[in-house]
Amino acid sequence: MIEVANLTKRYAGHTAVSDISFTVGRGEIVGLLGPNGAGKSTTMRILSCYLAATSGTVRVAGLDVFAQSDEVRRRIGYMPENNPLHYDMRVREYLKFRARLKGLTRKRSRQRVDVVTEQCSLTEVSRRIIGQLSKGYRQRVGLADALVHEPELIILDEPTIGLDPNQIRSVRQLIKGLGGSHTVLISTHILPEAEMTCNRLMIMYEGKILKADTPENLQRLMSSNSQIVAEIAAPPEDLQECWAQMAEIEQFDVSAAEGDYYRCALTPRDGLDLRPHIFALARDRGWLLRELTRNRHSLEDIYVRVTRPDEEEEG
Amino acid sequence: MRTWWTLTRRELAGFFLSLTGYVIIAAAVLLMGGSFVVLITNLQREATPMPVTEMFYNTQFFWLILLLTTPVITMRLFALEKFTGTFETLMTTPVSDLQVVLAKFVAALVFYTVMWLPLLGCLFVVRYYTRDEWVFDPGVIASTYLGILLLGSLFISLGCCASALTRSQVIAAIISLVFGACVFMLAYVADQVPARGNWTGQVLACFGLFEQMHDFVRGVVDTRPVVLLGTLTLFFLFLTLRVVESRRWK
Repeated sequence: MIEVANLTKRYAGHTAVSDISFTVGRGEIVGLLGPNGAGKSTTMRILSCYLAATSGTVRVAGLDVFAQSDEVRRRIGYMPENNPLHYDMRVREYLKFRARLKGLTRKRSRQRVDVVTEQCSLTEVSRRIIGQLSKGYRQRVGLADALVHEPELIILDEPTIGLDPNQIRSVRQLIKGLGGSHTVLISTHILPEAEMTCNRLMIMYEGKILKADTPENLQRLMSSNSQIVAEIAAPPEDLQECWAQMAEIEQFDVSAAEGDYYRCALTPRDGLDLRPHIFALARDRGWLLRELTRNRHSLEDIYVRVTRPDEEEEG
Repeated sequence: MRTWWTLTRRELAGFFLSLTGYVIIAAAVLLMGGSFVVLITNLQREATPMPVTEMFYNTQFFWLILLLTTPVITMRLFALEKFTGTFETLMTTPVSDLQVVLAKFVAALVFYTVMWLPLLGCLFVVRYYTRDEWVFDPGVIASTYLGILLLGSLFISLGCCASALTRSQVIAAIISLVFGACVFMLAYVADQVPARGNWTGQVLACFGLFEQMHDFVRGVVDTRPVVLLGTLTLFFLFLTLRVVESRRWK
């Protein structure tokens, strides 16, 4: 659906996107992840034909975004960052206006507006003025606008920014429901969102794509250095001796915790799961065990590690 | 064409849905009223064979209305959309840059024409009190409105261009006021320099907007100013189009 090859965008003085290439297949939900200023919005603006690339080629459904811009725009539903709307219009009137702009006939636009107001749960506010709606509703109006002409590709730039948790959940569900029938590209810097909604993630930093994979694979990539935390009531010397003898443990750290307990942070070799082993050990030696957990690296760690390699080293 | 019409309607609605539109009309009506106060005071002093439209033009309020209202009408066209971000949503729909520029220009011109309609009311008042049928001569009124429309389209195209240059409505208004003032100065200089002379004098004479508008209000439609104002409008619309397109090669 999307083919990007060696895309570069330079503004006067700085490079926003530098030489990125990726493809997105039909029906995929792909997340562009990265801190502010990583080049996510610029990439999306180029895809949606608002800006032209400095170099490189971008194709949407096999059409070039620069040369066949009109055809591409017909196939794209785009919701920019901050979701700009005409605040002086009513919801239904606005959606109809947008549908007409996107080339739908009068009859067809009426039908589609009905469908998307239903789909985005806007029915009860369809006659209200957009400026008077809450942020959650406005966001849904933006989504409805992106969907109104049944685009093949939907591009959403930070769709859940500034919403409350309930609204985020409903928007996320809506996006998830779009996969399969539509191709969706969303940008975000909220990780759980990307983890939950996307089939594939691309992590961008300073105009480059650093990693692109499924959320599961990205996590697996990091699980090799997962950690086991056990809080045990036992003499610290015994604990240290015991961990030092175990061949499966690469590294360990024992520190005093609340009460008589000691907190042991263990790094197993090759990402082994040592929890049953530790439990058996504690039982045999008569130690009291009150916590035994395995810390898996969340996407957050991956994100931090990939986007800020320097700071990670310093820390 | 259908898309263009949808856009034009939306732009027009934008003028009438906001308070700004009514404030502009009110201000223009106030200035028109002022000019007719001066006009009637002059009429009471001495009788004159001039058409009322010419007398209205002679009060100089016309230029004041033209110079002050056009920047305010045009300032929001592109600048507001760029500021709120709706320009991005607009340009990512399958509309062409030309359609957008023309829709905004035509909507502004229609609004400008509506703004001038109260002038008819003022003329009617004069007609009612002087009981002179010639006050309401359709030919003279038509040519006056043609002049108003042509000059208006020039100043509105200037304003469109200014508005497309920036994200701030205030800056857009100031730029178009300065552009407008430059055109006005040029017309003033052309008025002062004798037409017969070297080639600069002859070129300047072409821009004698004061004299040209004077012809329109007397009921004289000369093709030269029509062509001049039409071409200048097209030129500034072309510039606006280039400015709008520039986002693609900047």
